[in-house]
Amino acid sequence: MAIAIDIRQVVKRYGTATALHGVSMEIADNEFFTLLGPSGCGKTTLLRCIAGFEDVTAGEIRLFGQDIARLEPNQRPVNTVFQQYALFPHMSVIDNVAFGLKMKGFALADRRAQAGKMLEMVHLSDFADRLPAQLSGGQQQRVALARALAPAPKVLLLDEPLSALDLKLRQAMRVELKSLQEATGITFIFVTHDQEEALTMSDRIAVMSQGRVQQIGTAREIYETPVNRFVADFIGETNLLEVSVDAVTDGMASVTLPGGHRLTVPAATGTTGTHHVSIRPERLGLAAMGDLSAVVERVVYLGTDLQLLARLDGGAQVHVRLQNSARIAVPAPGTRIGLTLEEGAARLLAD
Amino acid sequence: MAGFLPKSGAESTGYRGIVAPLLVPTWVMIGIFLVIPVILMGIYSFLTKEFRGGVIWDFTLAAYDQFFVTRGLFGDEPAQIEWTYINIFWRSIWQAGIATLVCVIVGFPTAWFIATRPPATRSLWLFLITVPYWVNLLIRTVSLKFLIRDTGPLNEFLIGLNLIDAPLPLVNTNLAVQLGLFYSYLPFMVLPIYAAVERYNFALSEAAADLYASRWVTLREIVLPVVKPGIIAGCILVFVPSLGAFLAPDLLGGAKTFMIGSLIEEQFKGSQGNWPFGAAAAMILMTLVLIVLMFYARAAAKGDAP
Repeated sequence: MAIAIDIRQVVKRYGTATALHGVSMEIADNEFFTLLGPSGCGKTTLLRCIAGFEDVTAGEIRLFGQDIARLEPNQRPVNTVFQQYALFPHMSVIDNVAFGLKMKGFALADRRAQAGKMLEMVHLSDFADRLPAQLSGGQQQRVALARALAPAPKVLLLDEPLSALDLKLRQAMRVELKSLQEATGITFIFVTHDQEEALTMSDRIAVMSQGRVQQIGTAREIYETPVNRFVADFIGETNLLEVSVDAVTDGMASVTLPGGHRLTVPAATGTTGTHHVSIRPERLGLAAMGDLSAVVERVVYLGTDLQLLARLDGGAQVHVRLQNSARIAVPAPGTRIGLTLEEGAARLLAD
Repeated sequence: MAGFLPKSGAESTGYRGIVAPLLVPTWVMIGIFLVIPVILMGIYSFLTKEFRGGVIWDFTLAAYDQFFVTRGLFGDEPAQIEWTYINIFWRSIWQAGIATLVCVIVGFPTAWFIATRPPATRSLWLFLITVPYWVNLLIRTVSLKFLIRDTGPLNEFLIGLNLIDAPLPLVNTNLAVQLGLFYSYLPFMVLPIYAAVERYNFALSEAAADLYASRWVTLREIVLPVVKPGIIAGCILVFVPSLGAFLAPDLLGGAKTFMIGSLIEEQFKGSQGNWPFGAAAAMILMTLVLIVLMFYARAAAKGDAP
């Protein structure tokens, strides 16, 4: 598949502060690609570098092979959906949507027709002559989307576009965005700090932290095979246990927990020494004789789930998530239990 | 919180009961110092002039007749339009218009510059804009005259640099009057535009650039329409007082640059004055200003008013 955006060693510095430390990634044509990370991780900076609102300090940004890193924003065939929408307050909805086409020199009749089609696509045909201030937040969001899609950009950039909406609307818009992306065939680059948003919509996700890409992969890959502590911890819930790695062979590591338990787990690293193991709480089970033994400290009732807080023999605390069922005998605090690890529940991380 | 906000029914009575007495000083001030003087001026414009200044209580249209109509030097020719005062008005509108235009051209970038500084230094810039206003307008205008006169620092400096041989004749020209008006009223342009630009959402400029607009098109299609209320407010605050200004034309201009403000001022000075004529000229000026404001109201109704 063709590469839509090829980011090579992009560095962005503000004075002495570095926002991006040589970020590289390839985003395929027609892909729904998400930049995920906490605030200040550089995801929005990277998006603004692609849009052209920020100059890159070093590196290349290629759009279908052409380096666009030094072009002005109005020379780049990419469009942006802004976080606070940034609709032109003095223009009607249809004029907002037609603005990009007007700038590209389309005739009035053509751009009206095209903008009308876009409004139809986002179900706002009846609002064409309103001003943005007369629309609800969700409607403004859809106008922003239609405006950015109208000039048929090669790549659409979305900067946390759902963060200003309430939960119900946000969930509905996720589905709508994904189907819009499939219908138009345009590459979407979506920035968010919300992992659920990222996991539900994206073809691939780049997890970022402190100006660096931590891991790139599908939702399943970054959840099930995180490479480091940051990714394992940021995506979902996990137990991070310090272990000493005795040996790594064929991607499997034999590790020793502080309590003396020995495990053989898939490894994201080839080095021995002190590392961390990530164990997903829902992949742990109860058994009389398990891989690990622990003492129950607390049981938290969460409705669909039960959360067990248990202390391993070595002193580390682990969370166990059990589906709430009548068949489960819930151990009382103080009980000694065995814990079994499902296939792939634990993973040795690079750090 | 009950009763704190205006509501319908019994509660609103209590709210109004508090507000009405508080408004009394405002109404008294506006009544005594604004409405009554305007009414008095209106009445005076229909009275007969008394030769040593002052008026005779005889109602007549003589003042307006003198303004608009001439019957020759000795009053024995057929009635014709008197152009003298209309020309003075026209020249004043022209002068005030140019001063306003120059204020926009200089004031907009200035306001933009201040509004785009970091918040901490913005108040310093605003403060600097207002510093000259701590000095009396008369003194500032006189200083300006000293600055630009034939033997003033500006001409001496230019001669010293051998850029010119003879001093530029600046005093007693339209240019000097416009310079005076521009200098007097520039902050009234800068401040409202600053207020509008400070509220401007710069993401709009990014959105325009993202949608293929050049910088110039972004300025024309997005920035100017959005900050328009501030520009219009600034134009009114500069144009209206420029129209009636008399210090700058008096001190910096000569007979050729005579403006409405000076014309009116003269009618109330000493025994040469003509109170009804001055009042009539003031009423005509006020009507003109009201027409300008109506245009503003219509322009503002199209966009959002400040």
